[in-house]
Amino acid sequence: MPRQTPLNQAHRKLGAKLVDFAGWEMPVQYTGVIAEHEAVRTAAGLFDVSHMGEIEFRGPGALSTANALITNDLARIADGQAVYAGLLNERGGFVDDVVAYRFSPERIFICVNAANREKDFQWMKAHAKGVAPVDRSDEFAQVAIQGPKAAAIVQRLTRRDLSAVGTYRFTEGEVAGTPCIISRTGYTGEDGFELYCPPDRAEALWFALLEEGKAEGLKPAGLGARDSLRTEMKYALYGNDIDDDHTPLEAGLAWIVKLDKDDFVGKAALVQQKAQGVTRKLVGFELTEPGVPRHGYPILHDGQRVGEVTSGTHGPSVKKAIGIGYVPTALAAEGSTFQVEIRGRPVGARVVKTPFYKKS
Amino acid sequence: MADYPTNLKYTKDHEWARAEGNKVVIGVTFHAQESLGDVVYVELPKLGSTVTAGQSFGVIESTKAVSELYAPVSGKVVKVNEELANAPQTVNSDPYNAGWIIEVEPSNPKELDALMDAAAYEKLLATTA
Repeated sequence: MPRQTPLNQAHRKLGAKLVDFAGWEMPVQYTGVIAEHEAVRTAAGLFDVSHMGEIEFRGPGALSTANALITNDLARIADGQAVYAGLLNERGGFVDDVVAYRFSPERIFICVNAANREKDFQWMKAHAKGVAPVDRSDEFAQVAIQGPKAAAIVQRLTRRDLSAVGTYRFTEGEVAGTPCIISRTGYTGEDGFELYCPPDRAEALWFALLEEGKAEGLKPAGLGARDSLRTEMKYALYGNDIDDDHTPLEAGLAWIVKLDKDDFVGKAALVQQKAQGVTRKLVGFELTEPGVPRHGYPILHDGQRVGEVTSGTHGPSVKKAIGIGYVPTALAAEGSTFQVEIRGRPVGARVVKTPFYKKS
Repeated sequence: MADYPTNLKYTKDHEWARAEGNKVVIGVTFHAQESLGDVVYVELPKLGSTVTAGQSFGVIESTKAVSELYAPVSGKVVKVNEELANAPQTVNSDPYNAGWIIEVEPSNPKELDALMDAAAYEKLLATTA
């Protein structure tokens, strides 16, 4: 039996189509993926992301303990800021990709992928030198409100001045009377917030947001739209685009790796890989012939299998068949061409600039 | 609302077939397009190729899923709906008319009689839903 989030009844009331995702029963869509995708790009969408996990380091030495586990640098940001980071194994491969919040040097809060929650927690416990991590996942529900209208909608429901909360910054305060961590982060390429709240308050918060945003076109949005939105931005999805066998340098995520900071798990492997140069790179491509690329399809060049599609869809905003995949470095430059094997047939593809979607 | 015209025949794989003179027009049912979600691509067979009842003749893809299309009857493909290349969403908006997929010249017209009528198909949906 998949687990249910505190918003499960809300999804049923809204007529969502529910699917099993990472061991959770989650809404894949309410009315339709494309309509929900468009709502996020042009107005706003509301996502239940309560399945995500939250792991906290608290006490003297919390910052240095957490910093030794992740690729980005918590010492370089201020309290009230967050960073996107990799949690790596010794080979430099991703155990997970996470967002780490710096409340203070004595309180670091890390949001992890639902599917990796237990693995991450055990990994952190085994590798933490100093403060022990605490799995607080059951204490939080999380909703994401994303889109150009998101900030205005949330602002009307809180006394916190959200103009003071920039991208990848956060604050704590009430939204519609519910105590929240209000984080200006997301996974869609649009402005917006991720709100962490107590599970028993999630449904009230959810419907208060939906009601407040109704006139502006706020819609509940499911995992289907979340996936097409993030794919158009070439945001990595753990288990698809990144995993234990792929490093941030291969995944085009060198910007989340700070090799000049103190040691962290995986650093030595990355230093070596950087010196040698990567042999494969995660690129964004579009098909130049009809078809839709999908996770797992082979990438071919000169008749040889040279890589694999990690994510693909028909992008509702870019209105093209787009994909993400690992290719040899020689084929990674913009304009490079190769084929994607779709049901035994080679279909032309060309590497393009990412994100695929750019706000006009 | 769900809609299953009585002038059509249906398969357990959620295709419909409609006799038009000595030809059979084929598409997917309201239920099929609803479970697929937004259709973004339809891979059609070549004109003149043959399809076999119960076997795959093409592929329909939504934003999330890839599904095979199964032929309700055997025969030669005499028309394909080329409009679907530019407007695959027509399968969602009008599955029984503008969203048709192929037209075949059946090699064994009796195959049509073996398919379900609307009442039997709706019963199937009710028991599997």
